[in-house]
Amino acid sequence: MSVSAQPRAPASPPGSGMPVRRSSFFHVLRFRESYCAWIFIAPALLGFFTFYLMPAFRALYISLTDWNLLRVPKFIGPTNFSKLWNDPNFWNAMKVTVLYVLYNIPIQTVIGLLLAVLLARLSRSIILRSVILAPYLISNVIVAIIWFWMLDPLLGFGNAVLQWIGIGRIPFFSDQQLALPTIAVVNIWRHMGLTALLFYTGIQAIPKDVYEAARIEGAGPWRSFFGITLPLIRPTMVFVLVTSIIGSFQVFDTIAVTTLGGPNYATRTIVWYIYENGFETFRMGYASALSCALFLCLAIVTLVQMRILRSGQSDLG
Amino acid sequence: MAKLDLKTADVPKTREDARPPDGSAPIPIHSRARFSGWFGYVVLVLFAIISLGPIWIAVKTALSDSGTLFTSASSLLPQHPTLFNFERVIGLVNPADPRLQQTSFGKVDFYLALKNSVAFTLLAVVPQIAFSAMAAYAFARLRFYGRRVIFFLFLAATMIPSVVLFIPNFILIKDLGWLNTYQGMAAPYALMTPFAVFFLRQMFLSTPRELEESALIDGACYFTIFFRIVLPVHRSALATLSMLAAMNAWNDFFWPFLVGRDRSVQVMAVAINSFRAQQAGGTPDWSGLMACTVLGIIPVAVLLIFFGRKVVESLQYTGFR
Repeated sequence: MSVSAQPRAPASPPGSGMPVRRSSFFHVLRFRESYCAWIFIAPALLGFFTFYLMPAFRALYISLTDWNLLRVPKFIGPTNFSKLWNDPNFWNAMKVTVLYVLYNIPIQTVIGLLLAVLLARLSRSIILRSVILAPYLISNVIVAIIWFWMLDPLLGFGNAVLQWIGIGRIPFFSDQQLALPTIAVVNIWRHMGLTALLFYTGIQAIPKDVYEAARIEGAGPWRSFFGITLPLIRPTMVFVLVTSIIGSFQVFDTIAVTTLGGPNYATRTIVWYIYENGFETFRMGYASALSCALFLCLAIVTLVQMRILRSGQSDLG
Repeated sequence: MAKLDLKTADVPKTREDARPPDGSAPIPIHSRARFSGWFGYVVLVLFAIISLGPIWIAVKTALSDSGTLFTSASSLLPQHPTLFNFERVIGLVNPADPRLQQTSFGKVDFYLALKNSVAFTLLAVVPQIAFSAMAAYAFARLRFYGRRVIFFLFLAATMIPSVVLFIPNFILIKDLGWLNTYQGMAAPYALMTPFAVFFLRQMFLSTPRELEESALIDGACYFTIFFRIVLPVHRSALATLSMLAAMNAWNDFFWPFLVGRDRSVQVMAVAINSFRAQQAGGTPDWSGLMACTVLGIIPVAVLLIFFGRKVVESLQYTGFR
């Protein structure tokens, strides 16, 4: 610490024979720690103010206005929020979103855990890990299009196989009951490799002698999974659950490519509803109010999860 | 299914491992354990097939003659394999070609979309990494008034769902007259992303500062230290972050979809989406679409084939979107 303080004396760096000239404006700018720091963070700070901090407050302000982008925004107070509270479409969108999260998260987490355990036990192969990770590297739009094609009622491979088996063709994306689970399946397909990789990394961090000790004590595979693996990867579990639930709440791309919120609003999730309000009918105030509500929901969900899963503590060491 | 969750330590790897310490006869490895290992491989291979299957179907369709889509729907190999679909979405086919007239093909300018994607990715990623690295260095090493507060604000910003910020940011870009421009698409990512700052700060903090301190004693200024020591030492972290940021930008859809809808600036994801929406003759132009998606997957495939380990290892830092 004492060392880094040395160049703060602007007059003379060690060995310098010309102390007077060097204490110029530029010299201070280059050697004074705090001035340098401000120069270093200036561009990032500008970006943060312009595209994060200011918009966050502006979103809050817009949510208190009536604004269609053409006229001047009209301040109407919390009217949008009371409208939202009484809006059946909002509650339906919330229901659809929560359902989607409930379809998505348990299956994705279980598949991820299963794959991670198998990978940790049976294979170090980087090829295998790359293969199951491949879907995650493909953009949402392309993934959605590929599945839309595979499940096309008339020409899709999936439906041709179902026909061949004798089940018959199923219009996955245009059936009111099936559309949302189908979108969840598409998402699970894209994310299972990432989930598995994250759990795999967590499992690798568990010392092998813990398992050794458990085996000597006579613990079976199930005991060691539930008694060792699961508790010891809790930090990973918290990270995976929190980030994947936050991500699922904001599903948009797959819906924008496949169902556009339909059929009969069965896939109109909260973000799609925000998009419809803000960017199709240009009700900026109402869309902002909806997005603030989403923010509030996510904050509550995250806090509850952190509390339940005791994220701060690790059972290891 | 009960046998799948055996742990590493549970199954003796060799007969020697299974020999009791008192030197008596080896314990026979349970057939149950051997079966579960075999079964585990089957499950892994099954998931590998599930991962690659849909991608193969896309490749198959792209290679198929569009007239055979109905008859070959359930086949795993293209019937009458042809590169015609690739040629026409890239624009290699003469517009007067009779094959273009007979079916209802959609119109797509793949080259333009590719160029736009490259431009958007470069504009969003290169300055983002540079400025985030500078900020991360300040947060990790320099003391200044307000450091903790500003860093906390950066941290808090990651909690805000992106759609909340999209509305005011869209209005800002619109007011600047930047709708349907590269700078409008890239601006929110170009100066910083909180993730890039955290990631690099963490990397900078995890290395000892001796080298930087001795440089300070030798009279180097902070800028020299940053460019000559910090950046070179953290090459690998910078490469990892660049890859993650580039992948995010390349796959980004929502924001470019909002501010870059004009054909002239559409990135690949947006272009493919509007190509699908053309609904030529009732059904989309599937063979052309699949040719586009396969071309869109090629960069990813190249990345995985040549840098598989690096990609796999760096993705553990990423989140879900």
